[in-house]
Amino acid sequence: MADVTMERPVIQTADGVPLKTKLRVTTRNNRLKAFGLVIPLLAFVLIAFIFPIGSMLLRSVDNSLLPSLLPRTAAALQEWDGQGIPDEATFAIFAEEMVAARKARTIGRVATRVNFERSGMRSTFTKSARRLAKVEAGPWKEALIKIDKKWGEQGTWTTLKVLSEPLTLTHYLAALDLKYDDDLSIVSEAEDRQIYVPLFLRTLWVSLGITVLCLLLGYPIAFLMATLPVRISNLLMILVLLPFWTSLLVRTTSWIVMLQTEGVLNDIMVALGLISDESRVQMIYNMTGTVVAMTHILLPFMVLPLYSVMKTISPSYVRAARSLGATPATAFFRVYFPNTIPGIGAGSLLVFILSIGYYITPALVGGRTGQLISNLIAFHMQKSLNWGLAGALGALLLGGVLALYILYNRIVGVDNMKLG
Amino acid sequence: MANSIEAYVSFREVQKSYDGETLVVKNLNLDIEKGEFITMLGPSGSGKTTCLMMLAGFEPATHGEIYLDGNPINNVPPHKRDIGMVFQNYALFPHMTVAENLAFPLQVRKAPKEETTQRVNRALDMVQLGGFGGRRPGQLSGGQQQRVAVARALVFDPKLVLMDEPLGALDKNLREQMQYEIKHIHENLEVTVVYVTHDQSEALTMSNRIAVFDDGVIQQLAAPDVLYEKPDNAFVASFIGENNRLFGQVRGVNGSGCTVELEGGGEVQALAVNIDGQGTETTLSLRPERVVINPTNGSVPNVFDARVEELIYLGDHVRTRVNLCGHDDFIVKVPNAAGHAHLKPGEQVKVGWMAEDCRALDASVRT
Ligand SMILES: Nc1ncnc2c1ncn2[C@@H]1O[C@H](COP(=O)(O)OP(=O)(O)O)[C@@H](O)[C@H]1O
Ligand SMILES: [Mg+2]
Repeated sequence: MADVTMERPVIQTADGVPLKTKLRVTTRNNRLKAFGLVIPLLAFVLIAFIFPIGSMLLRSVDNSLLPSLLPRTAAALQEWDGQGIPDEATFAIFAEEMVAARKARTIGRVATRVNFERSGMRSTFTKSARRLAKVEAGPWKEALIKIDKKWGEQGTWTTLKVLSEPLTLTHYLAALDLKYDDDLSIVSEAEDRQIYVPLFLRTLWVSLGITVLCLLLGYPIAFLMATLPVRISNLLMILVLLPFWTSLLVRTTSWIVMLQTEGVLNDIMVALGLISDESRVQMIYNMTGTVVAMTHILLPFMVLPLYSVMKTISPSYVRAARSLGATPATAFFRVYFPNTIPGIGAGSLLVFILSIGYYITPALVGGRTGQLISNLIAFHMQKSLNWGLAGALGALLLGGVLALYILYNRIVGVDNMKLG
Repeated sequence: MANSIEAYVSFREVQKSYDGETLVVKNLNLDIEKGEFITMLGPSGSGKTTCLMMLAGFEPATHGEIYLDGNPINNVPPHKRDIGMVFQNYALFPHMTVAENLAFPLQVRKAPKEETTQRVNRALDMVQLGGFGGRRPGQLSGGQQQRVAVARALVFDPKLVLMDEPLGALDKNLREQMQYEIKHIHENLEVTVVYVTHDQSEALTMSNRIAVFDDGVIQQLAAPDVLYEKPDNAFVASFIGENNRLFGQVRGVNGSGCTVELEGGGEVQALAVNIDGQGTETTLSLRPERVVINPTNGSVPNVFDARVEELIYLGDHVRTRVNLCGHDDFIVKVPNAAGHAHLKPGEQVKVGWMAEDCRALDASVRT
């Protein structure tokens, strides 16, 4: 009898279908509907976000050019121990594949790739391929060294060995101002050739500076918007949102009009006699221009989260603090300010992340000294066509932002963040 | 000033306007004694909160002067007034624990650490929240938050405590319990409390005196029993407790009494309280429990014919609605005493009342 009482009777709906089945059917329909609604977004995110980022990450470690164009050389170099220079057999294979590559017109691509790692190698490659075509028989080692002394250097061959692996860290090393030296240990670039790390650091500091500026400028505005009567606060809101409604390009160029040496601000200062006509201040096409224009553009991203948090802070908190004996300053710092921290966190994170990857404004008004890391990424994408390096720089940027986000989550908690 | 201020808190000819067009508070004169529990009672929008805000220093008075302990405080900023305040939504600081909330007023006064801890603990014990110091306000129930708010307003021994509808957000049972607790705290600590509510039973339960507000004017300032039994005007009579209103014209005045002719016909002997003399309009106010059904002959001067319309059984009494002289909302409370008459709807009865229970007041605006 005991096992009978243990069994729960199957509950059925009025038409005799078991309740569980019925529940599954009805909830499945809802789930399908919900899924149908998010399909467009899912597809968009996949195509516009996941796929490009995945391809960027792949490119940053991809090294398949040499193994695919000079496959036997690559195989031989993978065997080589990296001491001295390779043996005659490897030279022979290399010479043969060079000639073949020249015929197939792929030698230029190989030369470009090697040149990224070791400058000056492009001409060595094209020259050697051209001359090798006329050499009939070995020994190939001597022939090649005769064509160019570089073939007798260990460094040339270690570079080629590094490029023979299908996956590589060279782009990441380059992005961190590091490189393989002649015997394949990792060393940092010469002081005067370090560009990326200083640029990363500069980007970091500039973004921090812009974030702080936005906070200092945005906090009072958000406070006013949250406390003034609706009529006035709506007007302020329109003023804050105005930058969103004008084209980025127009806004940036209007800063050029304002800040250039013959611009409005300088003219006013000269007219007021603050500065002489000869010593007009350079405020654009340098870091000042970048910081000013970007602060302006990113300000709404600080103001809106702050406003939405401040809006929820009841004025009775400050009143309570005052009635309990706190001066206006104490009431602000001990009661009002701590309650705005979620807004400060959200706004700062937003502005910081946006500015760390900002491209267009530094490109337009940054001049030479106001460039940020994204401008260099763009340079490698469009000019030097070193997509691997661009990918590595982008991945480092992405990693840095993610790390910051995780740090923020640890300290403040993302759940506490209010974006709007 | 020549006239010295004797009351602990004194409003002198205080007026307040927010927009420069309408007066929210019109010529307020109010004296509050030390240790008193005084309640501002009135419908929503009658200017109670505004008065409290002026007293606390968050709104400037447009005209007039407010004195605290003999000193004018119009130009004293809120944090120097030493007035504790309990807000309707409690206004507990959400980022601080309960203990930190209570310590706040002591810390800003730079009290020594040890004394602060002691006083915080004592205040928590006072509101029976001994073990709750480490919690955040968000982790407390509404009633507990309310207690913390009261404790915080008292922990720094303020001269005066203001409470603006502090129990408005609580359910009925909790509200009644908190009324007694606040009342006991007031009695034990002997602080002066100015309390604001729109709930008349709350006001009647708790206060030493009640100031009935309407339209920015104090209609009557009196002890709860006086307010209920001897209302000065038609507004107070109808705002406090249940009240039968009859409208009529004064026919004659003789000493403290008067004769009033009702609109629907018939003459009533009433107490002349607030009438302008013979021939003027008046509102008669009569408490339902002072009306007698089928009075013995000659025992009361006012006897009228009435028809029973509706009976509602309420246990200790039966609320009886009768039609009297064309008023079909005349309420009589018939006590559920031994041998009382069993009435039926539609029955014809006589109702009567004493002249002193029927107060002839000002001609009110009819609603
Ligand atoms: N800050 C304010 N600005 C403008 N008008 C106000 C303000 N506060 C209250 N009022 C107006 O003053 C009147 C009285 O309000 P209040 O003192 O809050 O009344 P109560 O507390 O008795 O409900 C209301 O008509 C209200 O609309
Ligand atoms: Mg109010």
